[in-house]
Amino acid sequence: MEDRPITDKLVTSADWEPLIVAFFCNWCTYTAADLAGVSRMGYDHNVRVIRVMCSGRVDPQFVLDAFAHGADGVLIGGCHPGDCHYVEGNYKTLRRYYLLKRVLRDLGIEEGRLRLEWIAASEGEKVAKTINEMVEQVRALGPLRLTRRFKEWDAELASIEAQARSEEVATHA
Amino acid sequence: MSEPKNGEVRIGVYVCHCGANIADTVDVKAVAEYAASLPGVVVARDYKYMCSDPGQELIQEDIHNLSLNRVVVAACSPSLHENTFRGAAERAGLNPFFVQMVNIREHDSWVHSDREAATEKAKDLVRAAVRRVYFHKPLEKRRVPIHSEVLVVGGGIAGIHAALTVANSGKRVYLVEREPTIGGHMAQYDKTFPTLDCAACILTPKMSAVKAHPNITLWTYSEVVSVDGSVGDYKVVVKRKPRYVREDLCIGCLQCIDACVFKEAKFDDEFNLGLSKRKPIYIPFPQATPKVVVIDPEACIQLRTGKCKKTCLEACAERGAIDFEQQEIYEEIHVGSIIIATGYQTFDPRRLPQYGYGKYPNVYTTLEVERLVNASGPTGGQVITRDGRVPKSVGFILCVGSRDERTNRWCSRVCCMTSLKLAHLVKEHTGAEVFIFYIDMRAAGKGYEEFYQRVLNEGVHFVRGRVAEITDWAMDPSEEGKLVARVEDTNTGFVRRIPLDMVVLAVGIEPQSDALNVQRLFGIGCSMDGFFLEKHPKLAPAPTYTDGIFIAGVCQGPKDIPDSVMQAGYAAAEAIALADTGYFELEPNTAYIIEEECSGCKTCIPLCPYQAITFNEEKGKASINEVLCKGCGTCVAACPSGSIKQNLFEDEEIFSEIEGVLAYA
Repeated sequence: MEDRPITDKLVTSADWEPLIVAFFCNWCTYTAADLAGVSRMGYDHNVRVIRVMCSGRVDPQFVLDAFAHGADGVLIGGCHPGDCHYVEGNYKTLRRYYLLKRVLRDLGIEEGRLRLEWIAASEGEKVAKTINEMVEQVRALGPLRLTRRFKEWDAELASIEAQARSEEVATHA
Repeated sequence: MSEPKNGEVRIGVYVCHCGANIADTVDVKAVAEYAASLPGVVVARDYKYMCSDPGQELIQEDIHNLSLNRVVVAACSPSLHENTFRGAAERAGLNPFFVQMVNIREHDSWVHSDREAATEKAKDLVRAAVRRVYFHKPLEKRRVPIHSEVLVVGGGIAGIHAALTVANSGKRVYLVEREPTIGGHMAQYDKTFPTLDCAACILTPKMSAVKAHPNITLWTYSEVVSVDGSVGDYKVVVKRKPRYVREDLCIGCLQCIDACVFKEAKFDDEFNLGLSKRKPIYIPFPQATPKVVVIDPEACIQLRTGKCKKTCLEACAERGAIDFEQQEIYEEIHVGSIIIATGYQTFDPRRLPQYGYGKYPNVYTTLEVERLVNASGPTGGQVITRDGRVPKSVGFILCVGSRDERTNRWCSRVCCMTSLKLAHLVKEHTGAEVFIFYIDMRAAGKGYEEFYQRVLNEGVHFVRGRVAEITDWAMDPSEEGKLVARVEDTNTGFVRRIPLDMVVLAVGIEPQSDALNVQRLFGIGCSMDGFFLEKHPKLAPAPTYTDGIFIAGVCQGPKDIPDSVMQAGYAAAEAIALADTGYFELEPNTAYIIEEECSGCKTCIPLCPYQAITFNEEKGKASINEVLCKGCGTCVAACPSGSIKQNLFEDEEIFSEIEGVLAYA
């Protein structure tokens, strides 16, 4: 499969819509999202759900990768503490989530763009509510434009390096 | 055909209309057209019902004719039809794990109304799956052997029926009940609706069948304290509480009870809801099974102080069944599957003080009246009030604690019929004038509506309206010494005051107070209302999300006796089928280690909740026992060198999915 260039079509278009990538655990939150569907609980369409067996499978790199590829927000859904299908996967998620928040802060990614929520299989309403809240929150924050920021950073770095090189050449000359 | 020739990936994409369920909101043709343009996609089709036989054949033919080696089905949730489409691929000779489902129904068409946005979302999700499936590998399902023994938790009618069904199929059953006898709530009833057959006459033979069954080990006065293992091999520890009477020696002659130093019974009898008294040594009711007495350690002088004359011991001298030294015993058993039938509790009407329960002695609950009308109950079947009068007027208040935002939101399903039955019985026993205060009458069941008509014809008064208050404050002489129901009759629009000698509250059904502990002990889910969660509300109402654990009876949600028995039979059938198959196929989503890449940092080891990861000191590498691994993937996410992989959820698969949903091609 050929490598596709990363685009930020939505970011450049006038009618920007936030895009949320959601990692839902198979047992609680994914099932709750199914229940929201079965019960026809409407919610914002700006979310794309990726199923994992446990929220503990959510590698922090997945979150960073999602932001790097144009996500404006990332939602992680797991079982309530004490109810994890794998005993305590969600506690491990929680620890990683706090660490990751620090990293994101250092990268200049606002706090509100990453959210961890405990949603039990029976809480279809909570799925709809959480997604709607998150979309509103991210909408208020505006587009993340991380892909564009990367390009800007790269350009800035390249110009600094070029300048340094030319100064070096000048010194030696 | 599992591996592509010269590595070529040939993907088929199938977009389901699901009748109008998807097609009404998602432009399925546009999604299929779009999918056809994606790299690696050889064919993309849309079809009315992909899960139907012709739909599946479509996929199978394409696998054959177009040499497909990857299949993407955009339809409903994988929890519904993943196995269906994996099966189709398998029948066409393709490894079933080359199939990826895209959930464009539950997660798209059913939750969005904007056709354009929903179609775009479907395209994104399909693109992600196409990219993901590219990295799929052929995998094998692991089979675990199944122990044929079954544990049934709870000895009410559901547990009894489940245990007998499994035992009759030749499997060994452990029935664990925490009370001193089996029988549950049904044993407390007098008659059953709508046939009015006597509850004891249909229940007690089943109770003795349980006791006598060679395949059933009955442990009453016992509780499950720990559950370990998984489907096929659950290790369960059961605590057997001391009843201070040896079950193997007691013959149920009850002479010890007569001999007890307490000449009068003075402790509340739980079985009769405190309407009668018992001694410290007692039997819950005459037909209790096993017919073994039990000593209440809170009431027994010997057990409290060690200074009793022990007249009971003398009475039992010959048999020597009484044993004050008895201790708790912990038994460990291995079972293949578990049926949970832990039942319910009734709503405590003290939470609604306007009805005066606990304040006015002549306000009762339906369960208490069951005991009053019962020939073997505290009054020998006489319906008399606490002050010893035969009531001339009786009022039933329905939906007490049910269908109410302030208490329980759900309909408890049996209270209407229970009240109709008791109205009939009370009228029969006393000739009293009977009122039923209802907000809706619900008589849905075979013969139920007919029973309602019968009770109507018997002259019971039906008043539609929620009773505002029960008071003993008399406004005129006819109300003196009576309770008065203040109610707006919504059929006539008048506020009425109805004087009553006896008020019966049709209390709702709610989960056991310790249901949350039970849920956690067995690792199953609870729905919003606290009842145990079934795998699918329509198609799998007895299995749970935990393989090998089934639920039956009211612990899953309010239901009457026939429904409890049906669900118990269904749970038993599932347990029997599992045992007879002899094995269970596990998803291959377990983790494994690429040894060459493992740096031996040991990060993964403490993260595993199943102790499936060990450290090989000799090699300096971690190693995963795939039999113990349940496939959560927590270790995979944590491995700093990326040397742990998870089947079906490999990094490449998830990264490509992430990039797929975000790539605006």
